[in-house]
This record gives sequence, structure tokens and C-alpha cells, in this order.
Amino acid sequence: MSGHSTYVPKTGFERWLDSRLPIIRLANDTIITFPTPKNLNYWWTFGGILSMMLGLQIVTGIILAMHYVPHVDYAFNSVERIMRDVNYGWLIRYMHANGASMFFVAVYIHIFRNLYYGSYKAPREVLWILGCVIYLLMMATAFMGYVLPWGQMSFHGAVVITNLLGAFPIVGDAITTLLWGGFAVDEPTLKRFFSLHYLLPFMIAGVVVLHVWALHVVGQNNPTGIEPKSKADTLPFTPFATVKDGFAMSLFLILFATFVFFMPDALGHADNYIPANPLVTPSHIVPEWYFLPFYAILRAVPDKLMGVIAMFGAIICIFALPWLDTSKVKSMRYRPQAKLYFFIFLVVCVILGFCGAKLPDDQVIPGLTTFKLVDSDLNSFVWLSRISTLYYFAYFLVVMPLLGLFEKPLPTPETISSPVLGGEHKD
Amino acid sequence: MLRKVTLLAAALLLVGGPALANTKVREPEPVAFSFEGPFGRYDQTQLQRGFKVYREVCSACHSMNLVAFRNLGDPGGPFFNPEYSAAKGLTSNDNPVVKALAADTQIADLDSETGDAVQRPGIPADRFPAPFPNVIAAKASNGGLAPPDLSLMAKAREGGPEYIASLLQGYGPPAHGVTLSPGQHYNAYFVGGVIGMAPPLAADKVSFDDGTKSTVRQQAEDVAAFLMWTADPHMEARKQMGFSVLIFLVLFSGLLYASYRRVWRNESH
Ligand code: HEC
Ligand code: HEM
Repeated sequence: MSGHSTYVPKTGFERWLDSRLPIIRLANDTIITFPTPKNLNYWWTFGGILSMMLGLQIVTGIILAMHYVPHVDYAFNSVERIMRDVNYGWLIRYMHANGASMFFVAVYIHIFRNLYYGSYKAPREVLWILGCVIYLLMMATAFMGYVLPWGQMSFHGAVVITNLLGAFPIVGDAITTLLWGGFAVDEPTLKRFFSLHYLLPFMIAGVVVLHVWALHVVGQNNPTGIEPKSKADTLPFTPFATVKDGFAMSLFLILFATFVFFMPDALGHADNYIPANPLVTPSHIVPEWYFLPFYAILRAVPDKLMGVIAMFGAIICIFALPWLDTSKVKSMRYRPQAKLYFFIFLVVCVILGFCGAKLPDDQVIPGLTTFKLVDSDLNSFVWLSRISTLYYFAYFLVVMPLLGLFEKPLPTPETISSPVLGGEHKD
Repeated sequence: MLRKVTLLAAALLLVGGPALANTKVREPEPVAFSFEGPFGRYDQTQLQRGFKVYREVCSACHSMNLVAFRNLGDPGGPFFNPEYSAAKGLTSNDNPVVKALAADTQIADLDSETGDAVQRPGIPADRFPAPFPNVIAAKASNGGLAPPDLSLMAKAREGGPEYIASLLQGYGPPAHGVTLSPGQHYNAYFVGGVIGMAPPLAADKVSFDDGTKSTVRQQAEDVAAFLMWTADPHMEARKQMGFSVLIFLVLFSGLLYASYRRVWRNESH
């Protein structure tokens, strides 16, 4: 893909095929000879882990779809039939449900890795944007998948989220009606969500191909953020990266298996084991954990439309990052101030996640009543979300643009190999 | 109407949610169930007692639509007997206890010759018959509140079986300021404190075949364990497979790590 192929067809058949469809060349250049920086650490293994999880979701999903019935009267019981009567159906369903969570664990680590090492900067902007598209598609897929078992949380979560889109002026109602296929979340909604839930993972797979293609044009970033200068800086993908990725995948599967076999419902919500009932609203509707930070941002803003705009804005910031960050130095290893702001950002995202799971008016420090500010006591999750939301946006819109102009980065090494040989080590 | 409901749902989320959830509920009391933890398994005699409580008490009001008689004889179930297992070329359908329990019920069916509605004795493949023909009938007989299906109850409530065990023992005089209408009862473990289910258990209401003393607590914990099994019938198989998978993955990871070290041995990194 990257132009400088070193593949030499060995057999007659390979030569014949290579001049007609150079597919073996493509595979060879992608996963065998592709030069990878020699100093990659374990944070670089999550790309492989993500590919594995996408594959697992597709395989388990296709098997589930053989037994699942997308109909409001049968969906819930068809999932229970899978859990009880289909041979190893419980395994497939638990793998799929927990696999979605693990997929998000991996994607969040992957994204924060990129933030830390500046992997979104030139020449990797397109690669970064393709990654953001994958993340958006994953969110859409997981949201629709969660609706399919048609439990109480499925139904009422779908109602709340689709209603958000109705907040947009002029187009809002048209969009929600189109999503619902009617005037409420009902049979047509479930049918189209199932259809789209089947479709989107294959679109993800398509964008993954583009993502990997872009990766192979620009090459991998590495912990120093210094581009490889010579052959001494890189190693061939196979066997060096394959064996390391394989080891990391195996460790990740241990975590995954622990959830699937020993706490399969820990990440789910009890209410989703109650069949959907439009007339009974659960007292506390929460989305899946991977949406919680955005949900907290949504609820931090008192106005519904502004809340929705803030939530989408939070995602748009991620897309725009390559142009918001003005620093010439990629890796935060050499940006001590940026490192500090980054770790605060990481903590803020986790705090937002907690806020998303709590009731807005609940107290952060139990028993302490301070004073009422605008609409709530200052000691409440809604105010914690507001402060965190402020930081979230400030990180993208203030810190990233200004820091690059004013900070004093540490000296960066000439090549990847020099700091390594010079004895400095991983952080 | 439905649109109103959806709007109401959104409004409730943003405004009413906090108010509803602030009602004080007592946390379920901890129970040391045999099935807890990674090595936990169901206690078969407890499941048998729990099933008896369900059959003789709860089934008068609550359906159990997802469970069939044959499930009682499946591996991990209350009446599993290795004599009637796949290893012997048989299934739970051949288990005499299961057959007898099924035959003891009447199942609504159609006469295959005439098409007339008939009642016939159950077979192991039948699901547990429901006490009421439909939700309206269930409501009408229970003061307007349909008793929920119990198949998944242990997964459908925060606290699971411990919540159920606490709820069944949690009746008492109403807390200060709570007034009860006829048909309402006070229960500190129920959201809001006011429940439409009369205290279903009483000492010696169910006599246990294994001689266990039939206290309310015993009945409550046994039926809670039974409901955990109905909600998660493959738990034992799941944990068992989990150990094989984890052992394999740990060994495999070790092998991969060794390969990694070997492949990278001459590279400084
Ligand atoms: C006389 C009829 C009756 C009997 C017998 C009965 N229940 Fe109930 N049960 C009800 C009704 C009615 C409700 C709904 C109460 C409400 O929502 O206020 C209910 C609700 C419940 C709930 C749900 C509580 C919640 O969190 O929503 C559980 C669990 C339960 N019953 C368990 C049992 C068990 C176990 C037994 C047998 C020991 C039993 N019930 C026997 C009528 C009955
Ligand atoms: C990007 C990959 C995917 C993600 C993140 C994903 C996510 C999810 C989630 C979160 C659920 C709800 C699980 C639950 O709580 O029960 C679900 C259910 C489901 N998914 Fe997927 N999925 C993916 C791919 C697929 C594919 C490719 C198919 C089919 C070909 C599929 C078919 C199904 C079916 C039939 C259900 C309903 C059964 C159930 O709820 O367990 N999924 N998915």
C-alpha cells in the first residue's frame, strides 16, 4: 500500500496472480513486511485488539441474528430463548453484550493513547478522522444493539435518546419521525434498528480498511513522536509486531472472559431483564457506561437544545483536534505542561462518566449542603458535571491551541534510536 | 397517547427522576447463598425446597412463563439426576420426577381431532401453566396490580436474590406518615414502601420433605435461590467453562510471552 513493495512472488501461480490481482502482495505489505517503529510500547497493541473485537462482534452477532426475532411481541423472549434453549446461546449472547463493552474499553484506550502521543498530527489527520468516524459508527451501532433485546432500559433509553434529536429546530421532528418510523418508539423503530444494527458493523469494517490504508501510507507514530529516519528505526511487522500484539490480545481476552463467565451482567442494567412497557417508566434511565460522559455533558446544560449541541460539540472537538493543537512536538513525553493538562483531562472524563450515572441533584459529598447556585446546590452532580464540562471544552478550545504557542517543550531526540540507546526509558 | 408517554418519559428523566428515586428504601440484607462467587454452585436440595415454595405459594398469583418442566431435570436444576442425562443417552424428559410433576398439572390445548378447547395433563416439554389467562384477569384478582412474571425476577432487580429474600420477610407496621389503603401492605424493602402483595409466607406454610424447619426466613431464602436458578439456569455450566477458558488463556499468554521474548531478544527497545 505504501508504494515501496518488497514482495517477490515465489511460485508460478503467485507470479500469475500478482500480475492480475496483487492480493498476496497487498497482504504481504500490510501484515508481513510493513515497517513498524521498534520502540512501540503496549499502548500500541490496542489496534490489533480492536480488530479482534470487531471480528468477534460480527461473528457472535450473526449467530444471534439466526435466533433473534425483531418484533415488539417476541424480541424479549427470543433473546431469553437464546439464553436458555439454544446450545451455548448464553455464551454467544454474553460474549456479544460484554464484547460491546470491551470494544469500547479498547477504543477509549486507543483514543487516549493518540491524544498523549500526538498521533493525530500531520501527516496523520486523515487517519485520525477515519478513526473518529469508526468511533461514531460504533456508538450508533451499540445504541441500536442495546435496543434490540427490548427490555425496559432498551425501550426507554431509545425514547430519551431519539427525543434529543427532536430538540433541533425545523429538522428535529422530521429526523425523529424518520428514526421512529412513526410517532413513537414502536415496532417500525425496532425493525429499522435491527436492520441498521446488522448493517453498521460492516460499514465499520469498511472504514477500518481505509483507516489501515491511511496508516500504511503515513506509517505508525511511536512514543517519541519522531518519525523513523532510517531502517535502523523500524522492524518488520511480522514477526515483531504480530507476536507482541498476539500476547496483548491474549491478555485482553483474559479480561473479557472474566466478565463473560463470572460477571456477565455486571456491566448491564437490571431493568433490561424486564420486558419493555411504554406505560411504566423506570425511575432512573441510564445509558450504557460508554455513553455516560456525553450524557453528563448533555445534562450539564439546563437548556435542552443547548445540551444536545454541547453533546455533539464534544464529539466534534475530537474531530477538529489536529487543527486545534498548535504544538509542533507530537509526543507529550517532551511536553511537561501538556502532560499535566492531559492527565487532568483523563480524570475529568472519568468524573463525567460518574456524573452521567448519578441523579443530577444527588450530593457529591453526602450530607454536605452548601448554597444554591442557579438551580441546584453547589454540592451536586449537576454542578460537578458543569465544571467538568467546562474543562472538557477548555482542553480542546483553549489549552490545545494556546499551549502549543507558549509552552517550552523539552529537547526532542534526533531519531527514535538515539534516546533508546542513550538509556532514557519508557514513561 | 404514546407520544404523550414518550414526552412524559423525557420530562420525567429531566425533572421527575430525582424526586421518584429519593424515596428511602432499605438495602437488602446479605445472605450467604451457595451460588455466590466464582466457585459457587446451586444447592440442589435448596432448589427443591424453593421450588416447593413457588409451587405451593407463589404460583397462585405469579406466572413463570420462561420455565418448562423439563428444565427442572436439566444439569444444575432442582431435580437433575445423572441417570437421566445425555451421558446415558437420555434427557430430562425421561426423568420420572419431572414427568410426575408435569402430569400433575392441567394444560390448555386443542383436541387434535375436533379442534375443541381441552385440558390435558402436562408433559415435561410444557411450560409452567400461568395462574391467570391474561393480564386483565391477573389485575382484577389482585386489586389492580398484576403480579409480575417471576422467571427473571432475580436478574431484574438490583440486589437479585437477596432483594427477594428480604422483600418476602420485610413486612411490618407502616413507617411514620405512611397510610395504607385496603389491599396495601407496608414493606421497607420495596420502592416507596407500599406494596400490593400480601405477606405470602408464614411459618410452616410449606412442609419441607427433607425435614428442614420451615421458618419464614428458610422459605424466603429457598425460594430466592430457586428464582436465581430460574433466571440463570446455565450458571454452573458457565462457571465451569470459564475455568477451562481462563486456564487455557493463561497458559497461551505465557507461551506467547515466551515467543515474544525470543523474537525480540536481539532488539533493544
Ligand atoms: C396473593 C397473590 C400473591 C402471592 C401468593 C405472591 N405474590 Fe408476589 N406479588 C403479588 C402482587 C400483586 C405483586 C405486585 C405488587 C406491587 O407492585 O405493588 C407482587 C410482586 C412480587 C414481586 C416484585 C416486587 C418488586 O420489586 O416489584 C416479587 C419479587 C414477588 N412478588 C415474589 C413473590 C414470591 C417469591 C412469592 C411466593 C413466596 C409471591 N410473590 C407470592 C401477588 C402475590
Ligand atoms: C460493531 C459491532 C457491534 C456492536 C458494538 C454491537 C453491540 C450490541 C449491543 C450492545 C447489543 C445489546 C446486547 C444486550 O444487552 O443484550 C447487541 C445486540 C444484538 N446484536 Fe450487536 N453489535 C455489533 C455487531 C453485530 C452484528 C454484526 C450483528 C448481526 C449480524 C449483531 C446482531 C445483534 C443481535 C441479533 C442482537 C440482539 C440480541 C441481544 O440483545 O443479545 N450485532 N449488539
